Amino acid sequence: MTNANPIIKIENVYKHFGRLTALDNVSLEVNPGEKVVIIGPSGSGKSTLLRTINQLETIDSGTIIVDGQDLYDPQVDINKVRTELGMVFQSFNLFRHKTALENLTLAPVKLKNVPEQEANERGLELLAKVGIRDKADNYPAQLSGGQQQRVAIARALAMNPKIMLFDEPTSALDPEMIGEVLEVMVALAKEGMTMVVVTHEMGFAREVADRVVFMDMGQVLEVGTPSHFFESPEHPRLKRFLEQIL
Amino acid sequence: MADHKVKTVKIDVGDGAAIPTPKDKGLVSAWRISLVGALAALAYLLIFHSDPYWEIIKFLPDGVLVTFEVTISSISLAIVIGLFTGLGRISQNRIINLVASTYVEVVRGIPLLVQLFYIYYALAKFVQVPAMLAAILAMSFCYGAYMGEVFRAGIESVDNGQTEASLSLGFNRRQTMFYVILPQAWRTILPPVGNEFIALLKDTSLVSILAVADLLRRGREFASTTFDYFETYTMVALLYLLITLVLSKLVSIMEERLGQYDQR
Repeated sequence: MTNANPIIKIENVYKHFGRLTALDNVSLEVNPGEKVVIIGPSGSGKSTLLRTINQLETIDSGTIIVDGQDLYDPQVDINKVRTELGMVFQSFNLFRHKTALENLTLAPVKLKNVPEQEANERGLELLAKVGIRDKADNYPAQLSGGQQQRVAIARALAMNPKIMLFDEPTSALDPEMIGEVLEVMVALAKEGMTMVVVTHEMGFAREVADRVVFMDMGQVLEVGTPSHFFESPEHPRLKRFLEQIL
Repeated sequence: MADHKVKTVKIDVGDGAAIPTPKDKGLVSAWRISLVGALAALAYLLIFHSDPYWEIIKFLPDGVLVTFEVTISSISLAIVIGLFTGLGRISQNRIINLVASTYVEVVRGIPLLVQLFYIYYALAKFVQVPAMLAAILAMSFCYGAYMGEVFRAGIESVDNGQTEASLSLGFNRRQTMFYVILPQAWRTILPPVGNEFIALLKDTSLVSILAVADLLRRGREFASTTFDYFETYTMVALLYLLITLVLSKLVSIMEERLGQYDQR
């Protein structure tokens, strides 16, 4: 399970919100190309854990190393690290004042000095890849939830990240739109992208995950392959959780 | 279609002219009645009582120009001050935050007329500021504080998810503010800024006490030589009214244009 060169290394992380312990001595490693799916009841700390990886949440103690860079080393520029980490949110968070295509080109043009022309071409390519090239000039408000989420995935990919983080990407979607988003994610996984996904979609976890992580009360209670996970779960809390949702 | 929330935030500030809502397409609206009434009154007076009124209206345009000059200089400066004050008010840096908040508190607690007197007459003990400059400084100092509150509210009205998305792409806080937050906040900010603009234009009449030859001052000069107080101030009032009516319409048109990207 442990590898000499994990691309994400989380060690003994603690995080408190007031008196609530959101992360309680969490350690987790993710290898390049690996797909890790984090599941658990709501309030278990799984989204918090994901958000510590790109420091949208800071931690109280512990170590987080992404691609060899310690996030809490004062020498490390977190903005630089974030360009290597694509993030997809539950509520899409597309820039509302920008068209779909502009959402994709803003960061590459401003942060990586990609020429506008080139960024546009690459943007259209990515929109085609997620199946909505024809919506390039639409504003987010003119798109369905599923379409917005696909644009959001393309926006993250436009920065050529090494790792993609997904924070419950289908939880805010109408049921008939979940499939189109999962499809894009499965395709991405097949290309070899390193992915950390917080989700309730057990079908996705079974199909795509190399490892599944179960969290509850801020702790990682069980880690294993999908087959181990769904067929012979060990921890009683995981058993109860799986009984409830499957 | 999408089920996420669309935030429409309205900030109500101050006592500016009523800005007509773009949806108000009815033939009879307060704005229309006021405009038609003012134009009719103006036409009637100029045509049927041309004797003093022509003389008055020939005398006033210089004042209108000065009024605009003070208004536009002050609002521009006030917007800059307001932007920094607004950013200061939401800053996590305690000192910056305190400075901005104290400024707002102090300015809000002193009447504009007193601020004008203070900068022009009281500070003359140390430095004599020219009347025009004193007027612009006082107006923008005062309105900058109000503007700061408008900016703060506008920035805070933008969903936090926008900030997170921007940060997650690698933008720093400053870039996030300028590329993502302010362009969106602007739509929420524009109506109250327009309101402040019109309120400021009206408040510039206060600078007439500093010997700045604005619209009101010119009227006063004319009336004091001819003793046509009624006629002169009627004309002055009509001109102020017409200017604010036209401006409020412009603000509402701009507001409509800016709202376009949220339409389906």
